[in-house]
Amino acid sequence: MSAATQSWANRNRMTLTPLLFLAPGMLFFAVYVIIPIFQSFNISLYEWDGLGEATFVGARNYQELVTDRAFEISLWNNVKWLLLYLLAIPAGLFIALFLNQTVFGIRLYKSLFFFPFVISQVVVGLVFSWFYLPNVGLFDIVMGWFGVDIRGGVLGNPNTATYGIIAAGIWPQTAYCMILYLTGLNAVDPEQVEAGRLDGAKGWRMLWHVILPQLRPATFIAFVVTIIGALRSFDLISIMTNGGPFGSTRVLSFYMFEKALSEYGFRMGYGSAIAVVLFFIMLFFIAYFLWSMYRDEKEARR
Amino acid sequence: MPLSWGGAEMFPTPIQKQSRGAQVTYQALLPVVLIMWLLPLLAVMLFSMRPLADFTNGNYWGVPSSFEFFTNYGKVFFESDMPRYLWNSLVITVPTVIGAVALSCMTGFALGIYRFKGNLLIFFMFIAGNFVPFQILMVPVRDLTVSAGLYDTKLGLVLFHIAFQTGFCTLFMRNFIRALPFELIEAARVEGVAEWRIFWYVVLPLMRPAIAALAVLIFTFIWNDYFWAVVLTQGPDAQPVTAGITSFNSQFVAQYHLMSAGSIVAALPPVAMFFMMQRHFIAGLTLGAVK
Repeated sequence: MSAATQSWANRNRMTLTPLLFLAPGMLFFAVYVIIPIFQSFNISLYEWDGLGEATFVGARNYQELVTDRAFEISLWNNVKWLLLYLLAIPAGLFIALFLNQTVFGIRLYKSLFFFPFVISQVVVGLVFSWFYLPNVGLFDIVMGWFGVDIRGGVLGNPNTATYGIIAAGIWPQTAYCMILYLTGLNAVDPEQVEAGRLDGAKGWRMLWHVILPQLRPATFIAFVVTIIGALRSFDLISIMTNGGPFGSTRVLSFYMFEKALSEYGFRMGYGSAIAVVLFFIMLFFIAYFLWSMYRDEKEARR
Repeated sequence: MPLSWGGAEMFPTPIQKQSRGAQVTYQALLPVVLIMWLLPLLAVMLFSMRPLADFTNGNYWGVPSSFEFFTNYGKVFFESDMPRYLWNSLVITVPTVIGAVALSCMTGFALGIYRFKGNLLIFFMFIAGNFVPFQILMVPVRDLTVSAGLYDTKLGLVLFHIAFQTGFCTLFMRNFIRALPFELIEAARVEGVAEWRIFWYVVLPLMRPAIAALAVLIFTFIWNDYFWAVVLTQGPDAQPVTAGITSFNSQFVAQYHLMSAGSIVAALPPVAMFFMMQRHFIAGLTLGAVK
C-alpha cells in the first residue's frame, strides 16, 4: 500500500484512536463534573431560589459569609474534623502492626477489623447514635462507671456533639488506613528488615528508620483518602444530629446543603458560595496530591 | 497484585519467635480487641434480636427476654418499604458499576497506552474531578437532572454516578494498564493488528483483575451513597436503601429492635460482596499504588 492510497483516518490512527476511546468518558465527566464546577462559581454570584428568576448580586453572597456566625462555626468544625480525622492514620498503622502476624485465623481477624469501612456511613451513624443514647446507651453507661455525666448525652450536648460524630467517622477511616498499612507491610523488603535486625534496630527505631520509609506509598494514600474523607463529611452529621444541637455540628458541606435544599430556604446562590469556599479548601490539597503524583510520574519516565 | 497475608521476615517480629507467654497473651488479646473494636456493631445485632418489650422495660443490655430474630427481620421484609428500597439500590448500583467500568476501560486504555499532547493533563483532570467536594456539583447537577425530567428517577442517579465514578476508575485503570508489559502491544502492532482489536483482544483480557477490583469497590461506594440519593430522589419509587432507611426509621420511631434489623439488612449487601471478593476489594482500595 502506498502512502497516497492510505486513508486519512489510517494515517492519523495513533491520534484518532485515543481520542475516540476518551470521548464517551470525557463527555460524561465534562457534563456532570467539570462544567458544574464552573456553573457553581457563576451561581454563587446570584440570588436564586432554584425555580424563579435569578438576580445578579455580585460578591454580596461572599460578603454575607464573612458575618455569618453559622458559617464561622461550620468552618471551625471542618478544621476539627480535618485535624482529628488524621488520627485515623497512626491508629490504622497501630492496628496493622498488631495484626501483622501469622497465627491461626488471622485472615478472618483482619477481615473483621476491616468491617466498619464496608458498612455505609448511614448505618455507622445510626449505630453510633444508639451507642451514644443518653442513660441507656453503652457509651453513657461506661462513662457513668467513671463518674462522667454528659448533660443531654454526647450528641445532645453542643460541647461534645461534634467530637462524638468525628469519633464515629474515625472508626471506619481507621479500618481503611489499617488495610492500606497491612498491604504495605506485606510488601516490606525482608532483606532490609534482616539488615536492620543485624544492625541492632528494634521496636520503635526499626519502625521509624526501616519500616516507615518503605510504607511511604501507603502513608501517602492514607493521607489523601483521610483528608478528602474529613472534608466530605456529610452523611454522619445528617444522620446523627442533622446539624444540631443549635447548629453546633454543622460543617461546610452540611451547611451548604441546608442553605440550598432544606427547610432553611432554597438559597442556591448562597449555598453555592459556601460550596466555592469548600472547593478552594479542597483544591489546596488536591493541588498538593497532583503535584506529588506528577513528581512520581516524571521519575517513572526516566 | 495478588495479595497474600504475611511474609518471610516480617515486622513486627513474628509471635512464633517470641516467648510462650507472649504467644498466649497475643492469642488471648486478639478476640478481646476484636470485640471492643466491633462493640457498637455487636450492640446493634443484639438489639435486632430483642422483643419490643425489652426496650420499654429498659432492658437494653441484659439477656433478651425472648429471641425475636425471625419476627423482627420478618417485619422488615414484609411490613415495610425495605424490600423496595433494596431493589432500588440494586437497580441503581449494578448499571453504575457496568457503566463506570466500561467507560474507564476505554479512558484508561487511551491514557495508558498512547502518547499525545495533553495526556497527563486529561488524566489529572479526571483525578482532580474525583476529589472535588460534592457540594460544588450539587446545584447544577440537580438542575440538570430536573430539567432532563430525571429527578426522582433511578436513571437520574445512575447517570450521575457513572460520570462521577469514571474519574476514580480512570485513575485506577490507567495506572493498571501502565504496569502491563508494553511489548505485547508493540508486538501486536508489528503484526498489523488494528488498534481497537489490540484493546479488545490484547489489553482487555489482561485487565480482568482490575475490572474485578473496581467492580466490587464501585458496588460498595454506590450502594453506600447517601448524599446524592437525598439530592436527586425523594420517594420510595427511586430512593436507595441508604436514604430509605430514614423514612423506615420514622415509620418505626423508637422501636430500636426494628430500626436495628433494618440497618443490618441495609448494610449487608456490601458486606457480603466484601467477603466474597476480598482480595479484589483490597487491591482496589489501595488505588493500585500499594502492591
